[in-house]
Amino acid sequence: MSLDQLYQQIILEHAKARHGSGLAGAAVPDGASTGQSHQLNPVCGDEITVRVATAGGKVSELRWDGDGCSISMASASVLTELAEGLTAEEFRTIIDSFREVLRSRGKVAADPEILGDAAAFEGVARYAARVKCAMLSWVAAEDALGQALAR
Amino acid sequence: MVVTPAHLSRAAATLGNDEVRRIRNDFPILHQSVNGKPLIYLDSGATSQNPLSVLEAEQEFYEQRNSAVHRGAHHLAVEATEVFESARETVAAFIGAGWDELIWTSNATEGLNLLSYAFLNASLPGAAPEAARFALAPGDELVVTEMEHHANLIPWQQLAERTGATLKFIPVDDDGALDLEAAARIIGSRTRVLAFTHASNVLGTINPVDRLVALARAAGALVVLDACQSAPHLPLDVKALDVDFAVFSGHKMLAPTGIGGLYGRSELLNAMPPFLTGGSMITTVTMERAAFLPSPQRFEAGTQRISQAIALAAAANYLSETGLSRIHGWEAELGQRLVQGLESIPGIRVLGPAAGQDRIGLAAFDVAGVHAHDVGQFLDSRGIAVRVGHHCAQPLHRRLGLTASTRASTYLYNTTDDVDAFLNAVADVRAYFQA
Repeated sequence: MSLDQLYQQIILEHAKARHGSGLAGAAVPDGASTGQSHQLNPVCGDEITVRVATAGGKVSELRWDGDGCSISMASASVLTELAEGLTAEEFRTIIDSFREVLRSRGKVAADPEILGDAAAFEGVARYAARVKCAMLSWVAAEDALGQALAR
Repeated sequence: MVVTPAHLSRAAATLGNDEVRRIRNDFPILHQSVNGKPLIYLDSGATSQNPLSVLEAEQEFYEQRNSAVHRGAHHLAVEATEVFESARETVAAFIGAGWDELIWTSNATEGLNLLSYAFLNASLPGAAPEAARFALAPGDELVVTEMEHHANLIPWQQLAERTGATLKFIPVDDDGALDLEAAARIIGSRTRVLAFTHASNVLGTINPVDRLVALARAAGALVVLDACQSAPHLPLDVKALDVDFAVFSGHKMLAPTGIGGLYGRSELLNAMPPFLTGGSMITTVTMERAAFLPSPQRFEAGTQRISQAIALAAAANYLSETGLSRIHGWEAELGQRLVQGLESIPGIRVLGPAAGQDRIGLAAFDVAGVHAHDVGQFLDSRGIAVRVGHHCAQPLHRRLGLTASTRASTYLYNTTDDVDAFLNAVADVRAYFQA
């Protein structure tokens, strides 16, 4: 497998764009309930804090702060674009699908219908050492979503 | 069994590429392809590779002598004990210690934990009177440095927390050098233990052991030396360095994992309370109490890592016969080549001493705009193995304003071609990631 299959152009672009990055000082949307989760990868020191705001059963906003490799930063950026506007149930379906692909060691193909740009992370599944990089923000978002809904 | 390596046809002042190419023939693992490219192994600072003589020593033990040591009267038990203790003599001599001053451990981490737990045991009520010199209480101070590997930091943090002693550290400057003026202020009459690394696993600096030992001696403190990055790479003489304790890991010096050593001055080891207790370390046992053997068995409870110790002795022989000063000289050349090359690539920041200043054969660096994990992945695609992350030195990285870095570390089996291929690959990293 070539390096370009891991670092697809869309991943390199998202690693630069970092959609949703900038949590510090970002106001909570009016009327939303929020949850926030901090996740750390002790192997490399990558960390991310994700805040999920929900209103009317939908994800109204996702914001994050993080420091890490291109895979982890691009993953958080893609996640942000996907999440906003989804119902909690739809969001969980996407998270579950992403996790299944990433943990499959390359055996489960990503469905672009469900995962959109996140399907580009399919190649990461073949690099066991990098799966956690891609999952970090998604694990944080899942935790934050649960907190927001419980409020 | 001592096997003279085939490459020893002459003894120049340092190794050279021709000799290194012959050395490489002794290391089967180096002759393979990774991602379609010849493997270039530049991660010996994390773990080194094993020459055939080491692999054969371990296999020979299991094929011909395997048995428990220090027990049993049968032929195999006697032979196993002989080769096991002979291995101890070999490795002890390798670091300049007496045979009874070398304790087998799993690795340096275990050696440092053994010390910290022995000191903790000495601090508890009811400890033997001769253990008082190791006992710690509130008001006492332990001193480490800001550049320590976590293995030489956390055991002392834990010991301080449990005894009420205070942990202090000698800071490093922006270039990663120890602040010796601060050291002179920090090390004082309250200092009971000074623990520091001989050579930094991140910066590549060799610390001034003599000056630090002098400060500790003036304060009456015990000196613990982390020799993980020095024992494999340069002539080490713990007596000449005048340290009280030293630790090292076998897997960083051509031996298998699971074996390492703790050196301690004989009089200290025989006064220090044991850490692990049980079989093989006792004289008389009743249902109420036990009396302990002197060092080294005092600290070697349970069945030991016999084949690994024999393999470590074979590794020490391989290094001795090649010549530690020659290895050190070669790796210093490779270290300079690494730093000079890295400094000439735009966007690269080398951690530690600049080119032209002393360093061992490793270099850690930051690539502007590219995370270390991505750098490592890119190099792997070219068959180049390096270490990425914080290298078990989070406080040092934080001090240098980083969370992670990339590290290339050489050994006696690396050529200048390896270094050049690595530098060529690093030069392409930022373009690939559009940094």
